[in-house]
Amino acid sequence: MSIPILFFAYFAIASIVLSLIVVTRKNYIHAVLWTLLLFVHISGIYLFLNAEFFAMIQMIVYAGAILVMLIFVIMLLNVKHEDHLSDLSSLSIPKVFFVFCALGILVLALQASYLNTTGKFSIDFVNTFSDAKLLGQVFYSEANLPLIIMGVVLFVPMIAAIVLAGKRSDE
Amino acid sequence: MILSIIILIIEVAVVLGVLLLHVAYAVYFERKILGHIQARLGPTEVGPLGLFQPFADLIKLFFKEDNIPFGADKVLFTAAPVIVVTCVMTSFSVLPFAAGWVLANINVGLLFVLAMSSLGVYGIIIAGWSSNSKYAFLGALRSSAQIISYEIPMGIALLAVLIMTGSLNLSDIVYAQDKLPWGMFIFPQIIGFFVFLVCALAETNRTPFDLPEAETELVAGYLTEYSGFRWGLFFLAEYSAMYVMSSMLTICFLGGWTLPPFLTNLLPILNLVPGIIWFLLKVYVIMFFYIWVRGTVPRYRFDQLLKIGWKLLLPLSLTNLFIIMIIKKVFMP
Amino acid sequence: MVPLNAYLILAAIIFAIGLIGFMTRRSIIMMLLCIELMLNAVNITLISLSHYMQDFMGQVIALLIIANAGAGMATGLALLINAYRLKKTVKIDLFRNLRG
Repeated sequence: MSIPILFFAYFAIASIVLSLIVVTRKNYIHAVLWTLLLFVHISGIYLFLNAEFFAMIQMIVYAGAILVMLIFVIMLLNVKHEDHLSDLSSLSIPKVFFVFCALGILVLALQASYLNTTGKFSIDFVNTFSDAKLLGQVFYSEANLPLIIMGVVLFVPMIAAIVLAGKRSDE
Repeated sequence: MILSIIILIIEVAVVLGVLLLHVAYAVYFERKILGHIQARLGPTEVGPLGLFQPFADLIKLFFKEDNIPFGADKVLFTAAPVIVVTCVMTSFSVLPFAAGWVLANINVGLLFVLAMSSLGVYGIIIAGWSSNSKYAFLGALRSSAQIISYEIPMGIALLAVLIMTGSLNLSDIVYAQDKLPWGMFIFPQIIGFFVFLVCALAETNRTPFDLPEAETELVAGYLTEYSGFRWGLFFLAEYSAMYVMSSMLTICFLGGWTLPPFLTNLLPILNLVPGIIWFLLKVYVIMFFYIWVRGTVPRYRFDQLLKIGWKLLLPLSLTNLFIIMIIKKVFMP
Repeated sequence: MVPLNAYLILAAIIFAIGLIGFMTRRSIIMMLLCIELMLNAVNITLISLSHYMQDFMGQVIALLIIANAGAGMATGLALLINAYRLKKTVKIDLFRNLRG
């Protein structure tokens, strides 16, 4: 066993265990905090994949913004805890069977989509320039449509959130 | 392999030790300077000029009763101070103190510091929530709103620095400033410097933005239920965060450990002074500014605080970004 | 070197856990969390494929997904606040008025 594989095994097993813990929590705040730990582990997995910029974005955006927003709303509304975990007892065999079928198909489809190509962005190439710089170059040249879409995707919900949750003038 | 790991551990220990000493004396400086601002003397009793006061405080904190309030979430209550301290201390691993004096010279150092400062919010939120106390809860709510709001102008102010350098590595940012004739990024982006300075005050919960722990309204905010050594850990984190923010200001706007080239050309003897001295000098000037502000400015109301963040600092930082984009395009192609 | 399959299987397992959680938990907050879990699983897939196929398009799409997650979360939380004002609960089973 080499050291990278041991580290990957730790991160992978920890992510799976943490996501199991997340979906079975009764207390919402506890669930969010376990999710935080899970996201930190996932950003560790991104570091293995040479995506250091992405790992940091994961921490800043997911952990620093999205989860804080969620925890803020839970605390603001002062939501009471669910008193029992009857939800998970509704888990029937067909549901689990369906999910695992979906899982199998997912893995098979992704394996099939993998082409053993050597593109432009090899590990050495990414290491000489930095990850963030190359991502920026891709974003402003060949992938400019996703960038524009991202702007719209972020703009519309901002208006929606302000309209939905903002103070009503007639109240 | 093993040897390099041992060397790394020794380096980390040295940095942590020096840092803790600095934090202890930051408290002493603050009390002294505040005292002189208010025409008092500050601590004088323990040791000559009160120089051993930090150690006396530390020993006192150690022997205080450690109290966990009734109905508190015990695990989270004990975890919160640890989270805050860990997040702040981890930031120091990427800060370059002098040429090559950095624990981890990673390519995304700037983002790492931002990520750690945004993770630090969780410690405060958990502390407020797990205390099972109204004051602590309100303090935590205020704090989370405040820190999220001020992170955005801070990030945009740093974005202008990124445009000037083209690198996220903190050492590269310093080297890029060294190439300029005036040696600092503060000159074209004075607005960005101002925005970052104000945001640094807000991110570290210092006056005039110390709403989360406003003594006169909320007892002590999220710290209300903490006592003894856990309270000391929060205190440690606050002062370390001041050092992180001062170092970031120094690295990103004031040229880090380098001096402006026109100064070194004028007086070549200044080149002999090691860079860490200039770095610490700049950091301590900003620390003095922090304490000066605390002695001078009254606290804002909460709605005023959010208004400043969203309606003043955010447009200012965007203006700065726009100006820097034009300067970069026109004058530094 | 960790094989690509390890990442894909890891992502699929996390996705499945998120999906099971989404189908069984009946409170809006937990459902939002499970959505985030699933989006993260998708991101792992995209970034591992991007690394192994040496193409940055995967990271571009993963960034798009993060933007989507933030947008979805903001709208979802705004709806959650409104729903809680109406019924004082976050259980999704109690919102049956829309069933026509």
